[in-house]
Amino acid sequence: MMRNGELHSGAPGGPIETKWERHKGSLRLVSPANRRKFDVIVVGTGLAGASAASALGELGYNVLNLCIQDSPRRAHSVAAQGGINAAKNYRNDGDSVFRLFYDTIKGGDFRAREENVYRLAELSLKIIDHCAAQGIPFAREYGGHLANRSFGGVQVSRTFYARGQTGQQLLLGAYGSLMRQVDAGQVRILPRREMLDLVVVDGRARGIVCRNLVTGAIESYAGHAVVLCTGGYSTVYFLSTNAVNSNATAIWRCYKRGAFFANPSFTQIHPTCIPVVGSQQSKLTLMSESLRNDGRVWVPKQPGDRRPPNEIPESERDYFLERMYPAFGNLVPRDVASRAAKAVCDEGRGVGPTGLAVYLDFRDAIERLGVDVVRERYGNLFQMYKEITNEDPYQVPMRIYPAPHYTMGGLWVDYNLMSTIPGLFVLGEANFSDHGANRLGASALMQGLADGYFIIPYTLAHYLAGNTLGNVTTEHPAFREAELQVRQQVERLLSIRGKKTVRELHWQLGRLLWDRVGMTRNAQGLREAIEKVRELRQEFWENVNVPGSGDDLNKCLEMAGRLADYFELGELMCRDALEREESCGCHFREEYRTPEGDPKRDDERYAYVAAWEYTGEGAEPRLHREPLRFEVVQPSARSYR
Amino acid sequence: MNGENGTRSYTLRIWRQDGPDRPGRFVEYPVSGIDPNMSFLEMLDQLNEELLRHGERAIEFDSDCREGICGTCGVCIDGRPHGPVPNTTTCTLRMREFPDGATITVEPFRAKAFPVVKDLVVDRSAFDRIVQKGGFVSVNVGSAPEANTVLVPKDVAEEAMDSAACIGCGACVAACPNASAALFVGAKIRHLRLMPHGQPERRRRVLSMVAQMDEEGFGNCSNHGECEAACPKSISIENIATMRREYWLALLGLL
Repeated sequence: MMRNGELHSGAPGGPIETKWERHKGSLRLVSPANRRKFDVIVVGTGLAGASAASALGELGYNVLNLCIQDSPRRAHSVAAQGGINAAKNYRNDGDSVFRLFYDTIKGGDFRAREENVYRLAELSLKIIDHCAAQGIPFAREYGGHLANRSFGGVQVSRTFYARGQTGQQLLLGAYGSLMRQVDAGQVRILPRREMLDLVVVDGRARGIVCRNLVTGAIESYAGHAVVLCTGGYSTVYFLSTNAVNSNATAIWRCYKRGAFFANPSFTQIHPTCIPVVGSQQSKLTLMSESLRNDGRVWVPKQPGDRRPPNEIPESERDYFLERMYPAFGNLVPRDVASRAAKAVCDEGRGVGPTGLAVYLDFRDAIERLGVDVVRERYGNLFQMYKEITNEDPYQVPMRIYPAPHYTMGGLWVDYNLMSTIPGLFVLGEANFSDHGANRLGASALMQGLADGYFIIPYTLAHYLAGNTLGNVTTEHPAFREAELQVRQQVERLLSIRGKKTVRELHWQLGRLLWDRVGMTRNAQGLREAIEKVRELRQEFWENVNVPGSGDDLNKCLEMAGRLADYFELGELMCRDALEREESCGCHFREEYRTPEGDPKRDDERYAYVAAWEYTGEGAEPRLHREPLRFEVVQPSARSYR
Repeated sequence: MNGENGTRSYTLRIWRQDGPDRPGRFVEYPVSGIDPNMSFLEMLDQLNEELLRHGERAIEFDSDCREGICGTCGVCIDGRPHGPVPNTTTCTLRMREFPDGATITVEPFRAKAFPVVKDLVVDRSAFDRIVQKGGFVSVNVGSAPEANTVLVPKDVAEEAMDSAACIGCGACVAACPNASAALFVGAKIRHLRLMPHGQPERRRRVLSMVAQMDEEGFGNCSNHGECEAACPKSISIENIATMRREYWLALLGLL
């Protein structure tokens, strides 16, 4: 993977259309009779984890699958609303594998690998076939064919959906397949387990150490390979759209064992979330991007205008997305919409009690389409909004504000989805692979399932067949060493007995990162943030209070361990954002912008993936670069004006 | 409203239990400063913050997505799974539904097949074991035909989706006087019975899922209808009727 001091994906050369086919043809195989001799550990049961574990089980491998939830069906993929992209071109509107590839490369602001994105677009076709065959009740046309809708940043209708619960239905499909393999004895499932360390023997990933969250027992599992599918880390910001239990601990501990961490600061801030209401709020609720198909985003023209929205006349409203981006209007990509909303709020034109919100108004849509059509399209979202805010969006405009949502950054992987630690594969949101500096809507589900169903079965076989992997059991000293470290950390957290709660400290860290490495960043702010994160981290280790014991269910202890890692990750996010002296996608450095205020990319200097290597406690991480080469699509200014 | 800025106060009676084999008891906790727009779980978060600040152990409860889709959360509030508001999970229930000064009783979902893990946390892995016995279509990756070669009428897909919307929270079991899992199992049976892809395994599926449901110690359905009333996703008891019909057809060799 390293060549002349540079990282490389290991994808084959030649025409992009045939890369994956040719690559598959060159990969080694494990014969059916030999597969049962291999033990594979899959961590996580979201779309990536459940699809990988079930697909590997179907092939005949011995799979051990762990999850943090009480049931694999609850992984956070379940919460995805809008849909999943596939280049089926069922609408005859000009879609193709190439166009999906092109939209995704451009959407990611030319900071993703061409070969990965092309493969993703190619596999999107098979994903829909497989999910339909699982009996997933996708939306249908009257003739019984699959229906589609459109999403931001593209000009075709390629999004497949099941009401506003697409993630749930796809996950339950994968979960069903997983349960089938459990019954067949191919997969063993261990819920309520948290991975706390990776075990590396002779330079290869050979097992994990985890904590049984019910009994507190530290458990070790050995295998021939580890497949990590543990999702994203936007809860580093405390308030995000992610689930309470989403965290970075598994990938972070792998980073500390030698896996490179790529583009850690690339975080998607989703524009249509319900604004914060109180100080005790635990998470933010996302409203599907599809609302921007008919809703119009606006703020008052005058700063400080506190009149109720319906009393503000048309001439005194600023439909700022339509004004700034006439070509795409309200359907600009997420990063663009989020920054614009922040900018108008910073000018004092934000609305609602906190001034940190903009209106998303359906008045015109209701006039144009009638209330029934609007209800049919968005009824469940309107109801959700009303449940939370006690306001009726049919009568008054919704208030929305951006919130941390998805992390494009993650562990670095090659074309085979293997990290820099041989035998450690990383799938789905936990890796950095396919979305570049910004992810388009309805692409995350696609990536998780492509990785799990259609890529790992091939690339894992190649690894297992191509290496002589000796017998390693949990008796190996490397397991003892890792277990000891895990135990020591648990004991240390329980012994501090300070004055601050985990939640208070997490809130402080989140607030800091949101301000300094959120929607916009600048060098001075980032330098200060690094210092402040370190101070907070020190305060945490001196003054946190984690009552109770490590011998039973103790969620406060779990959260403390995750927060400890977030202090370290938060610092790396700041470093990564500081190092990248350009603006691209979600990464908006205030110093690097065009005269119109658009992000100014620097392809000369920064057309690379930044992959960070851990070099020890307190030491500066080492930066490695994977140059990005664009042979098919020439990078251009990403304009949506 | 008596507090500052319209905040409210309550007396909570919460079930505390150290472990599956330990005795449990109700403990009273006064809470104040509750914003009516807070969710029920955020109110519990606030109480836990107070407890932790005093070095006491937090009240353990399960939750994850906090937007009503993952099915992780769920407690009985004043005797009703997920509380007094229809079609709502505990995490999306708001405190404005509770009058200022009320005493609120909070306990875990109660059922023999859902043993208490700790405090308000229960073990619902019985549901996973039921799904293992056939709650799926047996299709291996790679063997699916082009998606549009199997047509599904729009109304059939919509009906199947009504059943597939189940979040597996277990409120139906907790609400049932017999602790029956019939609504949960019926929803999966009906979803796959409606979809053409589910036809080949109809017989096997209903027989083995029902057998596993009995094995897990869930009671029988006796048509109380409490499950439907408690279901946060409005899953209809029609699903139970479908399951019964399928079961008899399977037994009589008519499937």
